[in-house]
Amino acid sequence: MEIKAFQRIYTQLTGITKATVSLRAQGVANEELAMVHGRLAQVVKIMGDMVTLQVFSGTEGIPTNAEVVFFGEPPKLKVGDDLAGRFFDAYGRPMFGDSEVEGEPREIGGPSVNPLRRKQPSELIATGIAGIDLNNTLVTGQKIPFFADPDQPFNQVMAMVALRAQADKIILGGMGLSNDDFLFFKNVFENAGALDRIISFVNTTEQPPVERLLVPDMALTAAEYFAVEKKEKVLVLLTDMTLYADALSIVSNRMDQIPSKDSMPGSLYSDLAKIYEKAVQFPDGGSITIIAVTTLSGGDITHAIPDNTGYITEGQLFLRTDSDTGKVIVDPFRSLSRLKQLVIGKKTREDHPQVMNAAVRLYADAANAKTKLENGFDLTEYDERALKFAHDYSEKLLAIDVNIEVDTMLDTAWQLFAKYFSKTEVAIKNELVQKYWPN
Amino acid sequence: MKTQGKVTGIVSNLVIVEVNGPVAQNEICYIDLAGTKLMAEVIKVIGKLAYVQVFESTRGLRVGTPVEFQGHMLEVTLGPGLLSKNYDGLQHDLSKMKGIFLQRGDYTDALDFDSEWDFTPLVEPGAHVIAADWLGEVPENWVKHKIMVPFTFDGKYTVKSIVPAGKYKLTDTIAVLVDSNGNEHKVTMVQKWPVKKAITAYKEKPRPFKIMETGVRVIDTLNPIAEGGTGFIPGPFGCGKTVLQHALSKQANADMIIMAACGERANEVVEIFTEFPHLDDPRTGRKLMERTTIICNTSNMPVAAREASVYTAMTIGEYYRSMGLKVLLLADSTSRWAQALREMSNRLEELPGPDAFPMDLPAIIANFYARAGFVYLNNGNTGSVTFIGTVSPAGGNLKEPVTESTKKAARCFYALSQQRADSKRYPAIDPMDSYSKYLEYPEIQEYLNKNISPDWVKMVMKAKNIIQRGREAYEQINILGDDGVPLDYHDRYWKAEIIDFVILQQDAFDKIDSNSPLERQRYMLEKVMSICDTNFHFDGFEQCSSYYKRIINVLKQMNYSNFKSEEFYNYEKELETILNERRVQ
Ligand SMILES: Nc1ncnc2c1ncn2[C@@H]1O[C@H](COP(=O)(O)OP(=O)(O)OP(=O)(O)O)[C@@H](O)[C@H]1O
Ligand SMILES: [Mg+2]
Repeated sequence: MEIKAFQRIYTQLTGITKATVSLRAQGVANEELAMVHGRLAQVVKIMGDMVTLQVFSGTEGIPTNAEVVFFGEPPKLKVGDDLAGRFFDAYGRPMFGDSEVEGEPREIGGPSVNPLRRKQPSELIATGIAGIDLNNTLVTGQKIPFFADPDQPFNQVMAMVALRAQADKIILGGMGLSNDDFLFFKNVFENAGALDRIISFVNTTEQPPVERLLVPDMALTAAEYFAVEKKEKVLVLLTDMTLYADALSIVSNRMDQIPSKDSMPGSLYSDLAKIYEKAVQFPDGGSITIIAVTTLSGGDITHAIPDNTGYITEGQLFLRTDSDTGKVIVDPFRSLSRLKQLVIGKKTREDHPQVMNAAVRLYADAANAKTKLENGFDLTEYDERALKFAHDYSEKLLAIDVNIEVDTMLDTAWQLFAKYFSKTEVAIKNELVQKYWPN
Repeated sequence: MKTQGKVTGIVSNLVIVEVNGPVAQNEICYIDLAGTKLMAEVIKVIGKLAYVQVFESTRGLRVGTPVEFQGHMLEVTLGPGLLSKNYDGLQHDLSKMKGIFLQRGDYTDALDFDSEWDFTPLVEPGAHVIAADWLGEVPENWVKHKIMVPFTFDGKYTVKSIVPAGKYKLTDTIAVLVDSNGNEHKVTMVQKWPVKKAITAYKEKPRPFKIMETGVRVIDTLNPIAEGGTGFIPGPFGCGKTVLQHALSKQANADMIIMAACGERANEVVEIFTEFPHLDDPRTGRKLMERTTIICNTSNMPVAAREASVYTAMTIGEYYRSMGLKVLLLADSTSRWAQALREMSNRLEELPGPDAFPMDLPAIIANFYARAGFVYLNNGNTGSVTFIGTVSPAGGNLKEPVTESTKKAARCFYALSQQRADSKRYPAIDPMDSYSKYLEYPEIQEYLNKNISPDWVKMVMKAKNIIQRGREAYEQINILGDDGVPLDYHDRYWKAEIIDFVILQQDAFDKIDSNSPLERQRYMLEKVMSICDTNFHFDGFEQCSSYYKRIINVLKQMNYSNFKSEEFYNYEKELETILNERRVQ
């Protein structure tokens, strides 16, 4: 961003902390951007003529006589069709020496949609993964994270989902993405010949963590442009939101705010909600769907980050390795898509809800049998069958490497029912059993 | 002259204003940001500095910006036309706002001031009246909306004149009242009231003595809520708080429902917008939306307004209560309201209490719950506000400040259990941890026994006991193994399972099962209890479990059938046949 004539320049800092600088300045607007010693900063507090700025890349080496230039406006992103197919840093500047975007500058982190102007989501997103489509069906306009330990292949699954989702635009917001993962996304999208549908805003592990705080707002401002103005179906991928929240806690910590649970700022819920609630279905067809990643530590979902996320999002997809089959599965117990009710059995075959429930119930019976086994008790004949069913179910349906149509998923489930159980054990409405039970 | 001020400091949505005159705690002011007015509320005053919380984003605000104080607290506008409206937390009508996005300072009218209403007077000139007395009424949807002496009127008044029946606008004078000093006061159909103050213009608030039917078995049968009572639903995310509240809003036996969507998902409100205009009220046959008002401050809307939203909702509830109506107020989630308080308290650098919540959180919550209640109005009629809030405990741990404070304030506790939700035993209300204090009130017990069946309370207690014993048996079976316990343990466990599957569990998404009227609840509980009282003969535990599974299956089919339909009786016959197979005479 070049310096313009009207901009005010100061050269006397009165205070420096790890993340902020303060100085006396006049006429400064709340949340406006400034350049401090060549680094981007944003106004976070004004007391009389004392202004405090948060320096995104940290304050190391900033001298008290550093030059401070105020821009007079909050962070903006230039939006236009020209965004498509390009890679940007956290500030929305093109990467790889690419030229500036042609477009109209928009404030990032803008206002919320009037709830009355929303439409109830009702369009199914098919991913081919039965752990998702069968048990936790996704819908456009939904917001849902993957909950996974850091060693799970969540970025791979997310890329796969994104490519199969038939979105008009895919917007990747990478926060603390390792360079390898960044290249992975780039390659996958390139190989799929999908680059022209993809827009990326990336902060890698090599860049200062606080810069990440801009990434979701950048990605969502671009998303709103395509969803509102172009009425497109936009899919936003945010990975990893845990690292985003960590950056929030760094800032609040350095600004001496009182932390709440797990050293997170007391405003964590509102901060995350502002991002996730950008997911929306508009009546005229445009939509923003958010699929995020929240990495866990040791599967602990009671930690403040996954906990607050779960209270905001419309369900979660829980990845874990199934010890039985050695495959990564979408855990049917701990995963949930809250919007599935809106499509299953309506946009999919009539037997979908019942088949889904019956399969999960039988899988739960197997889990009980497993516990019995571990505690050294004898298994009943039913327990034995349940265990065999669980193995097949995990391999043929829950594993993330399965790629089939929803009808095939349902047929597969019926076959497994018939193979291991009687009709009364499966306990599905008689009318459906007569129609779908394999002979 | 209104007090004026200038902005001298900004920390997020906490703004410090230097004032040139008097200001009051909780007074409303508008910050004039280049022509856009941002509404704010005074939350602290030190000398000439007023600390205000702004109900909007403060982006772009500068030191020196002019501020104008309004001389009143945050108020709601009360009058005909509140029903069926969708408001934001500050009672601005969402449908009147322009554009797709919520713009700062787009403050719309709460009522439709152009509309005309069919007024019928209820008093004659010369009548003596006091605050909240009914002067007349207008039809609003299916409610007879009472036009009352404004709640702010102190002392006794005499009606000097009142307009004849006819069509009037909201702001037309419909009556002139004379106070004891002979001063005349004009009354219109609209009045204002500060949301943080309870409306207490009623004669008496007795202990609740009736129950409010909700159609949810685990509530009505096991832990009923009183009309005018209070309850709360704590539970980890995804355990069913919102689904349960939506069920209550559809089915509860109330004249008016107010839903305060407080810091939760926008899509959940959209669900109500979408469905309620089409769904029928099971009692009146009118559309559900006709008895519903939504106060909507979703999680992405300004945080300070979130705090206001529950008060806005409560005040509207109290207003309709004064008309002699049964109001049910639902707030999802009160934890978000507490978090809004926490954010502001931190910005004010107040000394924090547990988990950084403000020290006076318990008092704030208690005060709010105390505004619910069953009342006798001055004219002898009754009205009620029943309040049920959800709580979203951090990490699902019930030992946190919001849950603990609410537990002290609310009389019903509907604890959602993660375990029950995981095993899809919905609604996931834990039958043992949950309670209704009302069930201990002699007047409620009497009401239940009189209105449902003579031994009802005894039977409910017995059912609870069976669930408890079933749970103990289950623990023993798990420790000692299926073979390691007497057969009797299995029998006990499965009897408790019948109660669980048939009475406790209820499918919120099934057209028939979702709503179970009291008469049906009585029928099913009696049926189930008679099975629990029966001795059966088994040769082994596998036989026992498969037999009880069959019983449960048929009973569930009964739940899914129309009450007392042919289908229902067929299943009942089938059940009798099964029972006769193993009944020990
Ligand atoms: N009574 C029920 N019958 C069937 N399914 C239910 C029931 N209650 C809840 N569920 C399932 O659980 C999901 C989550 O429920 P709900 O949205 O009410 O949770 P919540 O407790 O409000 O969560 P949060 O705190 O995150 O808002 C629903 O989308 C639905 O799939
Ligand atoms: Mg909820």
